[in-house]
Amino acid sequence: MAQYLMSVLTETAGLATAEEMAAIDAFNEQLQADGHWVFAGGLASPSTATVVDGRDGEPVFTDGPYLESKEHIIGFWIIDAPDLDVALRLAALGSKSCNRRVELRPFLGE
Amino acid sequence: MTGVGEVITRVHREEWARVVATLTRRLGDLDIAEEMTAEAFATAVERWPIDGVPPNPGAWLTTTALRKAIDRLRREVRREEKHREALMLFDTPEPIGAIDDDRLRLVFTCCHPALAIQARIALTLRMVGGLTVPEIARAFLVEETAVGRRITRAKAKIKAAKIPYRVPFREDLPARVTGVLAVLYLIFNEGYLASNPEKDAVRGDLTAEAIRLTRLVHALIPADGEVVGLLALMLLTEARRAARVSASGELVSLGEQDRGAWDRELIAEGHALVRGRLATGQAPGRYQILAAINAVHTDAHDIRDTDWSQVVALYDQLVRLDPSPIVRLNRAIAVAELDGPQVALAEVDGLPLEGYHAFHATRADLLRRLGRSEESRAAYDRAMGLAGNSAETAYLIRRRDQLPGL
Repeated sequence: MAQYLMSVLTETAGLATAEEMAAIDAFNEQLQADGHWVFAGGLASPSTATVVDGRDGEPVFTDGPYLESKEHIIGFWIIDAPDLDVALRLAALGSKSCNRRVELRPFLGE
Repeated sequence: MTGVGEVITRVHREEWARVVATLTRRLGDLDIAEEMTAEAFATAVERWPIDGVPPNPGAWLTTTALRKAIDRLRREVRREEKHREALMLFDTPEPIGAIDDDRLRLVFTCCHPALAIQARIALTLRMVGGLTVPEIARAFLVEETAVGRRITRAKAKIKAAKIPYRVPFREDLPARVTGVLAVLYLIFNEGYLASNPEKDAVRGDLTAEAIRLTRLVHALIPADGEVVGLLALMLLTEARRAARVSASGELVSLGEQDRGAWDRELIAEGHALVRGRLATGQAPGRYQILAAINAVHTDAHDIRDTDWSQVVALYDQLVRLDPSPIVRLNRAIAVAELDGPQVALAEVDGLPLEGYHAFHATRADLLRRLGRSEESRAAYDRAMGLAGNSAETAYLIRRRDQLPGL
């Protein structure tokens, strides 16, 4: 089994609609039923982020995201899948459920 | 000595993909499989002229490559204290019926849609075709380092993202076969009409390689109609290769080609494949329709004997599957023969293909036939500015300069 991070990409500030939320819930239940579920969550807007640098003495806090970009991540899933073909299929379903593009990326193997 | 050399060349062509495919399954690592297969062939080049060619060259190469891989892994195990050797015990049979062939898994892995299209082409030519990195670089006129990087990156992604080494799920199969065929067709087309002006207009080594790979895929999935269609399309196109470029390096249009120079054997094989598909009564896909169109062309002894109503009917069928402007442009070329250049021009003029050389070349030809020389000349100039192939440019210049009233 491998683990993949499925990041949900968006350009707009809007949250998921009620319809999208219902589809996401249904997808989550399916992930759990099929044993693919590891974790998932939605994120607050990038403007609420703080960049922290604790490498050298007193930590430095900077308001805002580390990268300003047109698109940002508003949520993610972590899934278990035996291989990329299964993960791609789940990513396609996830993208459909939240009505947004997703980026699929494998975790580093052992 | 030359005898053994020829045997090695032939064995390389016939056995390379099988050895890489078997090792990939046994080792679970495409990278090591490729490297060890190359080493096994290098050993064959050294040993066979002295020891003689073994009775079963394929088995000898597989065994030699596996032994080298085991030695390599043992050294790594000792070094890294990792139980990589455990990998050797997994010889997963995974029975999947009629299409259970390691080479097919290899094809699907190399043509995986999660890889960039250029990487799929390079990987397929390297892993399945057995071409070296310098050969691939020469064929596509790109730097060797670029090809090497492309392949290395693709192999790293296959490993890290776990692109599986197996035949795709049944539901994914039609789309994935279509993806494989797209890669093969791109290889063929690059050979048939090289996109770079400095290369030979027609590159027989690439078209031959594309046909060989398509034959392999056809042998592995014989029931797939589109694989048959693509193979027939390639054969019927390849059959006209010798007649397609003149001695002076100019592209020769279909109407002007010396049909006596067409390869009758390839045409007969292509026609038989097309007839075989027609006999199934199943609705044809895009490649089968294109093959049927080429079958009509290669059936005619002269451009005037061509059954244009049949060609237009086939294009109508193709437009229903793929209403893209390029398909409609090609349909209009056939319409010109059936209903005249005026009707064809009306269909061509609305197409959004301003940046496509064939669009302007087609308009130029239709305008020429309508006696509208000035407009025709302008269209030839536009086409020349966009054409990437020297043989094509030479053809366009001649046609333009033949226009009256210069």
